[in-house]
Amino acid sequence: MSMLLEVSGVSVSFDGFKAINNLSFAIGPAEMRAIIGPNGAGKTTFMDIVTGKTKPDEGRVTWGERNVSLLGMSEARIAREGVGRKFQKPTVFEDQTVLENLLMALRSNRSPFAVMFYRSNRADLDRVEELAGEIGLLDSLGRKSGELSHGQKQWLEIGMLLAQEPRLLLVDEPAAGMTPAEREHTTAILVEAAKTRAVVVVEHDMEFVRRLDCRVTVLHEGAVLAEGSLDHVTTNSQVIDVYLGR
Amino acid sequence: MSDTFLKRNPSVLIFLAVLALFVLGVTLLAEGAGAGVISTSFVKTLGKTLCLALIAVAMDLVWGYTGILSLGHFAFFGLGGYMIGMWLMYARTQAIVVSSLAEAPIPATESEIVDAIGNQIFGVVGSREFPLIWMFADSLVLQLVLVVAVPGILALVFGWLAFRSRVTGVYLSILTQAMTLGLALYLFQNDSGLRGNNGLSGLQNLPGLDHVPQATMSIWFFWASAAALALGYLFAAWIVSGKFGSVLRGIRDNEARVRFLGYSVEGYKLFIFTVTAIIAGIAGALYYPQAGIINPAEIAPVASIYLAVWVAIGGRGRLYGAVIGAVFVSLVSSWFTGGQAPDLDLGFYTLKWVDWWLIVLGLSFVLVTLFAPRGIGGLVDLWSERRQPDRHGADLGPGAGALREKEASK
Repeated sequence: MSMLLEVSGVSVSFDGFKAINNLSFAIGPAEMRAIIGPNGAGKTTFMDIVTGKTKPDEGRVTWGERNVSLLGMSEARIAREGVGRKFQKPTVFEDQTVLENLLMALRSNRSPFAVMFYRSNRADLDRVEELAGEIGLLDSLGRKSGELSHGQKQWLEIGMLLAQEPRLLLVDEPAAGMTPAEREHTTAILVEAAKTRAVVVVEHDMEFVRRLDCRVTVLHEGAVLAEGSLDHVTTNSQVIDVYLGR
Repeated sequence: MSDTFLKRNPSVLIFLAVLALFVLGVTLLAEGAGAGVISTSFVKTLGKTLCLALIAVAMDLVWGYTGILSLGHFAFFGLGGYMIGMWLMYARTQAIVVSSLAEAPIPATESEIVDAIGNQIFGVVGSREFPLIWMFADSLVLQLVLVVAVPGILALVFGWLAFRSRVTGVYLSILTQAMTLGLALYLFQNDSGLRGNNGLSGLQNLPGLDHVPQATMSIWFFWASAAALALGYLFAAWIVSGKFGSVLRGIRDNEARVRFLGYSVEGYKLFIFTVTAIIAGIAGALYYPQAGIINPAEIAPVASIYLAVWVAIGGRGRLYGAVIGAVFVSLVSSWFTGGQAPDLDLGFYTLKWVDWWLIVLGLSFVLVTLFAPRGIGGLVDLWSERRQPDRHGADLGPGAGALREKEASK
């Protein structure tokens, strides 16, 4: 199976501190992957590199069937290539309605002139309503997203991510601050998404990772420590030492 | 489509109606066209105020909606004024020179006429040659193109350099101040080609229209300013009403997030910066013929800061707020500084408003920023349904968006 994203031999250091150390990672076009690791293991930096926020000192990041390099592309360009990212803290545009948030995220031409002459059409509104139904915000389309509860904001952000129709979703702690019922719903959405695209979930919560039922990559000190099923990595003695055993 | 646009933005219709009523009222009362209650000079003041309202709308687009606190937009305003001023001065001087040379026994040649015009215009800075930048000054059409092109290109180049390097926030504000200061200092030089600190004068006279009295001319410019404001307002309202407006406000609130949605933030900033610079240039081109004179002091850094003060006092992030702020503050300001306000005798000290007005303005800016961040326009919210999320209690989660105590207890 050809890979959608391949990160190989990537290193990056901040002021002498090696945040990522010769990291290699690959994911296929329709796969779910969980990344776990203690604080400072480089999870967020890894996402920053893939999304173009941080430029690595060395290594390659290649993307898609034609293996184009993501290095050197701007964040916006990488997003248009099909990499979607959800932040740990829900970041939605609080001053705007749920509808406006989703419309902005909806996959379409992003150039200023195209956007200026864009007027919402039936097909787009249908798509937004479908998404809003999926994330349980159909009744809140006209509300300002700043009024939503924490869990609803998390979902709105997931909805925006799906609206972008990315080929790769990078999701940072999607279940943080959610009730058990909300977590279950989030799991369902992510598992569904992983049927058609690649999903990378960074998560602390082992119970949540178990429910995702997928391959797990354990990061430690900026490198991959172990990779495999959750049961496989949780029995790995090194993993127990650095992470689970604490 | 425009029907639904107005339906979704009732404030636009209200604004246009108020503007139309105002124009009608002033026209009927003015010296030039109606009852003569309003003096010509006051009609000019009102016309100039409408131009200031237009640049305030531009400022609101760039600051209130996109979050770029540009403290340099008056440079674009001044450049627009200079561009139209060059033609006004050239064409008028030409008319005078031609009529005076017509009495000479030998008809003047083309080059003699041009030399005489140069002597008239640049004698004051000890020169008589036309600098290169005046090469189009004899053509109204080309100078009108420059009114749009010069501020637009300057904004494009400046913005491209600044935004591409991801200069944001206060650093960008300082950079724009530096730009306007640099431009003003350059224009102050006698050999800048725009008559140094003398500036361009006599702009109130339209060449070839000597028979039209100023009273009539003032009304024409008043109408033109009102039309420009109406069009500029409509354009701005249209631009911020749709998804483009969503992206702009998104950039203001969280620029990184917009980037990860795939929008090229720099492109959008550059676009809005350039478009608003062009609007500012047009406003300036209408303002200075009514003022009659333009000199480099007009684009001193403080002018652009005033612009930000107007928009803040009027209420940023809403277009009518910017208009209210510009009209209210500039009219009150000209009343206080024009010596019309009676001195306030405090017994031990006589408060002269000419001296104290700036302090009052500064104080009100501070007070508005601290206690009424939504400005005068915020008063509209009191009877409209626009409301802010009303949330109480402390954060329970990691950030300000988290579930709060009061919500949790429900």
